[in-house]
Amino acid sequence: MEKKIVLEAKSINKSFYDPVKIDVLKDLSFTINRGEFIAVTGKSGCGKSTLLYILSTMDSDYTGELWIDNELMAGKTEAERARVRNEKIGFVFQFHYLLNEFSVLKNVMLPGLKANKLTEQELEHHAYELLKKLGIEHLTNKMAYQVSGGEKQRIAIARAMINDPLILMCDEPTGNLDSKNTDIVFDIFNELVHTFNKTLLVVTHNQNFADNTQRNIVMEDGRIIS
Amino acid sequence: MKIKHIFEIAKAMLLARSKQTLVAAIGVAFSVAFFVSLLGFMEGLNTLLDGLVLNRTPHIRLYNDIRPSDNQPIALDTTYKNYHHYIHSIKPANARKEIYNVETIFKRLEKDSRVYGVAPKLSAQVFYNLGNIELNGVVNGIEVAQEAKLFQFEDHVIGGNAFDLENRSNSIILGQGVADKMLAKKGDLIQVTTINGEQFTLKVVGFFQSGLVELDKVQSYVSLATCQKLLGETSTYMSDIQIKLYDIDKAPELAKEYATLFNIDAEDIQTANAQFETGSSARTIISFAVGIVLLIVAGFGIYNILNMMIYEKMDTIAILKAIGFSGADVKIIFIAISLSIGLSGALLGALLGLLFSVMIDNIPFNSAAVPTVDTYPVDYGIQYYAIAVIFAIATTYFAGWFPSRKASAVDPVEIIRGK
Ligand SMILES: Nc1ncnc2c1ncn2[C@@H]1O[C@H](COP(=O)(O)OP(=O)(O)O)[C@@H](O)[C@H]1O
Ligand SMILES: [Mg+2]
Repeated sequence: MEKKIVLEAKSINKSFYDPVKIDVLKDLSFTINRGEFIAVTGKSGCGKSTLLYILSTMDSDYTGELWIDNELMAGKTEAERARVRNEKIGFVFQFHYLLNEFSVLKNVMLPGLKANKLTEQELEHHAYELLKKLGIEHLTNKMAYQVSGGEKQRIAIARAMINDPLILMCDEPTGNLDSKNTDIVFDIFNELVHTFNKTLLVVTHNQNFADNTQRNIVMEDGRIIS
Repeated sequence: MKIKHIFEIAKAMLLARSKQTLVAAIGVAFSVAFFVSLLGFMEGLNTLLDGLVLNRTPHIRLYNDIRPSDNQPIALDTTYKNYHHYIHSIKPANARKEIYNVETIFKRLEKDSRVYGVAPKLSAQVFYNLGNIELNGVVNGIEVAQEAKLFQFEDHVIGGNAFDLENRSNSIILGQGVADKMLAKKGDLIQVTTINGEQFTLKVVGFFQSGLVELDKVQSYVSLATCQKLLGETSTYMSDIQIKLYDIDKAPELAKEYATLFNIDAEDIQTANAQFETGSSARTIISFAVGIVLLIVAGFGIYNILNMMIYEKMDTIAILKAIGFSGADVKIIFIAISLSIGLSGALLGALLGLLFSVMIDNIPFNSAAVPTVDTYPVDYGIQYYAIAVIFAIATTYFAGWFPSRKASAVDPVEIIRGK
């Protein structure tokens, strides 16, 4: 199968001025192909989250080039970047970040409502199928604050998947979960990659987790060392 | 993003803060309610008070002023044509207040499509005889049907039938003040002395309450014929022609037209009663100012609540942005929140305002000055509701504008990293 590039970073640099200049990311370049399952590891504070915020288009304050789906992100407006994020990227945080004002189903549907490509019924059906796939369809009509931590993370994964993104980015998705839930999440990721041919970029501290992925990006002090 | 879903998100965020939302909406509701009831009440009073005078005042009054001739005899002398004339101590030669050609004028006015009605009037200076005390007074001779059509004459007649003036000869409707002083009851015979020294006996058939106490201490009403008799004049004698128009604003223009057409003096209501307009508009302006201040205060309430909500909902905003909502989407959500508060508050306020108005309208208000009214007057004009609702929505829109801009500028990275 021909390798299709989903995301390409070309010499990305990022500095904070706080108040002295600190270079957090130094000349990062790499490509991510379709269907890859990549783990990003490295010591705390080496710049993994910072990198992920840039790759997910939430942070546009950097130098270098970021190409997503063969589109250069530099020069896009805030609204255009939001659209890219909405349609092409799914994001899962360490803290589960569901919207407590909404039901589980609505939480999952929200990015789809923004994309406005499917009717509400279709979206509802799609969201329910995702929840079912993740084994949590019984939570569909619960409010977001009524479910447990492990369940929340699975709901967040469902939300990230609702618009069928090109790439799923996760920032320490199991960092806050016990080992049982960590295994569940890892199994889900594996299934997404192998059965559904999804592309995953996962920042993790769990070496066991990282060892089981296809590719490891190891960072140290703002650089990729392997 | 569909509007429906924007409002769905706004609603969810509102319900999560239902108490503050309720307080904000009630703030708007009360402002709108006060605005509407205050202005309705004020306008009701204005109409009532102005009506006391303006309803009793003709739009145009035709009369013959007593004044010296504009053309003094010397002007006719061609010898002095090119000289300036110094004339001292000019006196009016014609003391007659009579209007000539009354019939022609009436016919002409009745054909005029701008004229609502015409009522003749005649006034006689009299003394009301009360034992050996004489009270100064004025007796007005009127045509009851016309007076009723133009000035709601019968509304002000108490304890009798206005038409008795014409049905019974030598009858009088006494001013309430006059009657009180004379201790006159209905059916009594009273004596009046005209300025010519003649005495007449008149039968009291009712009392008149204009709403202006000073006026009622002086004025009484008789039929036109009786008044002509008091003055010792013929049945064509008339001193005033009162005209009401369909459009009061045309009065000054028409007064000028009639003055030249009939070669007569014509006074319009705007000139005669300039001060009433001023009083009414001052009251209206004050009410508007109070109402608008109330709405602005309510706007600040909404502004505060939204600002608070943004701090509380930072996480929500950050997640919305992380999952692909743009700053503009977030802004619209917060404006929708603000407008929902404003709109529901305004509609509730309009209903509440109507309720207040109905309540005021039912408070007993018995004033000797206004016999036709027994509760406080209220104007239910739809314009006050429209202004209040539109202004409330505009205020909440602006109150939501600044917080929503702040919300749209929230940097999701900063919030998410902060965890
Ligand atoms: N807003 C900021 N201002 C200054 N320094 C920051 C800011 N955010 C992160 N950093 C620094 O950047 C470095 C990388 O942080 P981060 O990407 O969160 O690391 P990781 O996710 O790998 O633990 C850290 O040294 C952190 O202190
Ligand atoms: Mg991190």
